[in-house]
Amino acid sequence: MYTRIYFFRFPKDTCDRPIIYHLIKEHEVEVNILRADILPEREGVMILELKGAKNNVRAALAYLEGLGVGIERLATRVRRDEQRCFECGACTGICPVQALYVRREDMAVLFDPDKCTGCGQCVLICPVRAMEMSLGKEWLQLESVTMD
Amino acid sequence: MTTKKTYEEINARIKSGQAVIVTAEEMVTIVREQGVKEAAKKIDVVTTGTFAPMCSSGAFINFGQCVPTIKASKIWINKVPAYGGLAAVDTYLGATEPAEDDPLNKVYPGEFKYGGGHVIEDLLKGKKVFLEAKAYGTDCYAARKMKKEMTLDDLPHALLCNPRNGYQNYNCAVNLSDKVVYTYMGMLKPNCRNANYCSAGELSPLMNDPYYKTIGIGTRIFLGGGVGYVTWHGTQHNPNAPRTENGIPRRPAGTIMVQGDLKQMSPDWIKGLSILGYGNSLAVGLGIPIPVLDEEMAAATGRGDDEIYTQIVDYGNDYTNGINKTYGEVSYAELKSGTITIAGKAVTTASLSSTVKARKIAETLKKWMQEGSFFLHEPASLLPGPG
Repeated sequence: MYTRIYFFRFPKDTCDRPIIYHLIKEHEVEVNILRADILPEREGVMILELKGAKNNVRAALAYLEGLGVGIERLATRVRRDEQRCFECGACTGICPVQALYVRREDMAVLFDPDKCTGCGQCVLICPVRAMEMSLGKEWLQLESVTMD
Repeated sequence: MTTKKTYEEINARIKSGQAVIVTAEEMVTIVREQGVKEAAKKIDVVTTGTFAPMCSSGAFINFGQCVPTIKASKIWINKVPAYGGLAAVDTYLGATEPAEDDPLNKVYPGEFKYGGGHVIEDLLKGKKVFLEAKAYGTDCYAARKMKKEMTLDDLPHALLCNPRNGYQNYNCAVNLSDKVVYTYMGMLKPNCRNANYCSAGELSPLMNDPYYKTIGIGTRIFLGGGVGYVTWHGTQHNPNAPRTENGIPRRPAGTIMVQGDLKQMSPDWIKGLSILGYGNSLAVGLGIPIPVLDEEMAAATGRGDDEIYTQIVDYGNDYTNGINKTYGEVSYAELKSGTITIAGKAVTTASLSSTVKARKIAETLKKWMQEGSFFLHEPASLLPGPG
């Protein structure tokens, strides 16, 4: 079983198409929607966890690429500034998936970007703002629209 | 025969490279394996450390004159207000002061992106800060305003001066209310779903000298990556807090006031903080060498996380209403395991104090003494003890 979390950018003209349905039905991948912002006539963004046979996940990604969907591993979009982080551990209490966790033997505070689902809770909780999520300006704009 | 050592003897051994120096973590194992008697004989100094938010921090700064001269009465550094009620170009910049245009908690929970602590960190990073001052003007200080960009090197004088640091023990914070709270102890989820604590436990300076037998005015310490001194007992110093049989306080007790020349410190060990919904602060790295003068000090420095306890306190309702109630006692060994039990329920713990950095401070102090570049300084007067 192959599991990866991706950050997808859907072009405007795809928002009226049942893309995720095709992903599941034709490519036999399990789709876990972690975050989605889809608005008519706007670029949509989604964070999805894809799970399945490696070939199927690859084929699913190729299908999306063919539709002009921007694809990136979420892990490449989240990072911890190691200079700023002083390993206090405040983030470990709120990270829902233990992407930020304490190695108990030496109390080191570690970050595993592959586990991160991009929920962003750590960003403001971190007292030195060491967590960075570059999910794009569009994402933030969508966020403010949905919050209104 | 019981062991007795003096500061002079230990310093002489540091000078000749023969002193035996261990960290407070190492001392726990030594005392457990070899006993107090043997440890007192063998070990000369135990080094401690802590690196955590310490709100009662700030810097005295002299920013130099301009022509015509000024008696600054209102001062801002990078838009952060600093105190103007001192002599002409002296000021005190507090770590928790937010930038004047910060929206504070108007948009709740406030982000507090920049404050006094960040100014201190920027100075340490060698960045230029923008200083503005206003004055009413006098015959001897005619200028009414002043604006200049300055770096730490440009400042004639910069002294980190923290009226309360190094709390001997601190609360374990939970939230028993039904809504989320944003506190100086971090974000606390409703209905006791997480617990935050803030102490280096067995590595923490005052935990290793519970009755202040070696720490006092003049104790030389690691402060912010450089050398500093304990200059008084800190504000809220409370030696009469309840203690366990081993003498270690079970709730917040002793504190220290510390000072050191900012110019020899490093941004690795002094960091400006933005605590969501609460405000700005400063993470301060400090470490104190504890001389093992006798068996009592060997025993004290040998206490482990499983022998050090703190109280569970509710920050959802009790704390802000001055209700002094505890919801149980937990050891730092339990807190550091990641889960504690409160009223039969497992609760996730998180620390606001960095064990990794505390250990590194203790190791740095140890290295300085092994190299013969740091010596103990006997206090002129010890911190007030219980009584």
